[in-house]
Amino acid sequence: MSKHDTPLLDELEKGPWPSFVSDIKRQAEKKPECWDILGQLELSYEEKITHWKHGGIVGVFGYGGGIVGRYSDMPDRFPGVAHFHTVRVNQPSSKFYSTAKLRAICDLWEKYGSGMTNMHGSTGDMILLGTTTEHLEPLFYDLTHELKQDLGGSGSNLRTPACCLGKARCEWSCFDTQAICHHLTMHYQDEVHRPAFPYKFKFKFSGCPNDCVASIARSDLSVIGTWKDDIQIDQAAVQAYIKGEYKVNGGAHDGRDWGPFDIDKEVLALCPTNCMRMNGDELQIQTSECTRCMHCINVMPRALKPGKEQGATLLVGAKAPILDGAQFATMIVPFIKIDPENEFQEVIDFIENIWDWWMENGKNRERTGEAIQRIGLPSFLQIMNIEPIPQHIKEPRSNPYVFWKEEEVEGGWDRDIREFRKRHAQ
Amino acid sequence: MGYDPANPMQDRITDIGPPHYEQFFPPVIKANYGKWSYHEILAPGVLVHVAESGDECYTVRCASARLISIELIREMCDVADKHCDGFLRFTTRNNVEFMTDSKDRCDALIAELKERSARLPIGGTGASISNMVHTQGWVHCHTPATDASGVVKAVMDELFEYFTSMKLPAQIRVALACCLNMCGAVHASDIAVLGVHRKPPMVDHDAITGLCELPLAISACPLGAVKPKKVTNSKGEEIKSVQVNAERCMFCGNCYTMCPAMPLADPDGDGIAILVGGKVSNAKSAPKFSKLVIPFIPNNPPRWPEVTSVIKHIVEVYAKDAYKYERLGEWAERIGWEKFFEKCDIPFTIKSIDDYRLAYDTWRCTTQFKFTNHIK
Repeated sequence: MSKHDTPLLDELEKGPWPSFVSDIKRQAEKKPECWDILGQLELSYEEKITHWKHGGIVGVFGYGGGIVGRYSDMPDRFPGVAHFHTVRVNQPSSKFYSTAKLRAICDLWEKYGSGMTNMHGSTGDMILLGTTTEHLEPLFYDLTHELKQDLGGSGSNLRTPACCLGKARCEWSCFDTQAICHHLTMHYQDEVHRPAFPYKFKFKFSGCPNDCVASIARSDLSVIGTWKDDIQIDQAAVQAYIKGEYKVNGGAHDGRDWGPFDIDKEVLALCPTNCMRMNGDELQIQTSECTRCMHCINVMPRALKPGKEQGATLLVGAKAPILDGAQFATMIVPFIKIDPENEFQEVIDFIENIWDWWMENGKNRERTGEAIQRIGLPSFLQIMNIEPIPQHIKEPRSNPYVFWKEEEVEGGWDRDIREFRKRHAQ
Repeated sequence: MGYDPANPMQDRITDIGPPHYEQFFPPVIKANYGKWSYHEILAPGVLVHVAESGDECYTVRCASARLISIELIREMCDVADKHCDGFLRFTTRNNVEFMTDSKDRCDALIAELKERSARLPIGGTGASISNMVHTQGWVHCHTPATDASGVVKAVMDELFEYFTSMKLPAQIRVALACCLNMCGAVHASDIAVLGVHRKPPMVDHDAITGLCELPLAISACPLGAVKPKKVTNSKGEEIKSVQVNAERCMFCGNCYTMCPAMPLADPDGDGIAILVGGKVSNAKSAPKFSKLVIPFIPNNPPRWPEVTSVIKHIVEVYAKDAYKYERLGEWAERIGWEKFFEKCDIPFTIKSIDDYRLAYDTWRCTTQFKFTNHIK
């Protein structure tokens, strides 16, 4: 494996953003197969097409996920990347690391792989990019024995759960996102490693409605923190914002002169429910009208905080567009306590109710959200044994095509046409 | 002893899961877990979180390319060992965060990072453009319609001043997915860069028999464009295969995912679509999907100038026109999409009118519209 000329890629060493090309070159000094990453990529830049083959089933014994096979379609020209499989390593919840742990992972990957990684993949795993089939078992042995770590998910299984940083460094998190994420990851190791589902299933946990892990957009089960009672107000701090003593929105807008803070314009008028007002110097919030959107709290973090009766909303069925179009997760359970005391049993029961139905009824490669669309939200609520409430919808249906059931109709559906004709001539 | 290939199941350890997160918390995080009072952004990329105890956690956020080497990770570790008691973290948007517990240590950390700014530039907080989430592209994927890391590099070079400042009306989340599978989930981003195919799949009749289960290939098509067909392969054998009704194809690539004998990537067919106005947060307005405003821009490596210039233009028009706190999609809805196209000088094409499922939801059924340059 030798250096290739890469005039097109070299253009991506210019400019202020960190250059992956410079970084791969740096790695190639120690791991010469990286020259072939650049060589093959340069060819793709010339020809405007990928040179990776479709798939290839590889893995470690006993697991059906965690490794993604990848082969070059020009192995003779780029032998360093002829086999170039991906290893997904389950990240610790919310992606804090000690340097000792990261260095151990780097050493492992220097020994068995290309040295290139993604920190992290979209779902949340550490992604180790580029190894050969014969390295997989030794790598897995060292990963589990020496690093005490494990692979994440791939294929039709529970994908590696992910969460926001929650209570570790945020004042808004309404439940312990790391605790539940870690607990459920451990609880469902079998489902992560051995595909048994119709398709992928994702959990993501965000501590508040700002949703920093984009849970509502991409998880089959989205758990988003919320609260039931009054937003906590520090009236003195509200005044400090009005007087310009505190940074508005935590200083997020400091790069431009937006003029002095105007609480009417920037908070009250932007409240989606108009549930706030100033009564003299006192900020009043009508809690029963509040939909907990976070805007006022985002703008005045030193004055306002989520209420004290905290829990989460459960939403189901988000996915990217393939196939029936993108879906956001649908609100199913408005409020649930996230309780580490009973090991999150209510959430586990909810999850397993979905799985029991979806594993039985989901079609091959049908995400939960698509299966719900197919049978309809009313049927899903009945399957889940959940009382329908107006919070499940944006607005009532505008068509009258109700699927009445026979037992709901007086006298049932059995009628005699001859009896009918006795009173109604043809 | 290590792995024994003669005895692969010996001492096997499985299903141990990830290490517990708590052992990786910096001391100030561990001591104040769940007891944070408020935060402030001190400068672009620099945050302080203040705990009820009065303890402070200073965070410096730096970009990374996501596709990074272990050499760079070790460099990050060197910084964290020197300034951060040996701890660091990564964000959902591929930034790396260095945390420390005092202003003085934070200043030393920033000084150190500034010397490494080619690899670890500081920014991405508040009303800025933070790092792009993205996919693998030509570097490591078999289905892409464009590259990922290279387009991201070109776009973020162009938008760099917005990464290192906080002068926008609100944050802009930019994301890239190199095909419609969207493993990067760009469908709810302020600006989404999406790789798209435009040529229907070819069928490799010589390969399909051993490679694909025909019923799966057929049912993979959401529009019923893949049908069974008996054909003669290049050896003259009559085999069962499939044919594609090209007029029905919407170029999603799902058939190729299910059947490797149906490749659709093509240098002229593939390129980039731009979608805008999505958001994930529930703040103010509900989450929104990104909307397709430019159906196709040809791939033009290595720097995709047509893509970077149109994105920069959208950002600049939005920055000038939107109200404080208004996300890009909220701004477009307030001024009206007809005004969005006019103000951003983006030609409106018939391809922005939905004709897939539930399309009617996006058609305008009111007399309320604005007279823009589209009405001749």
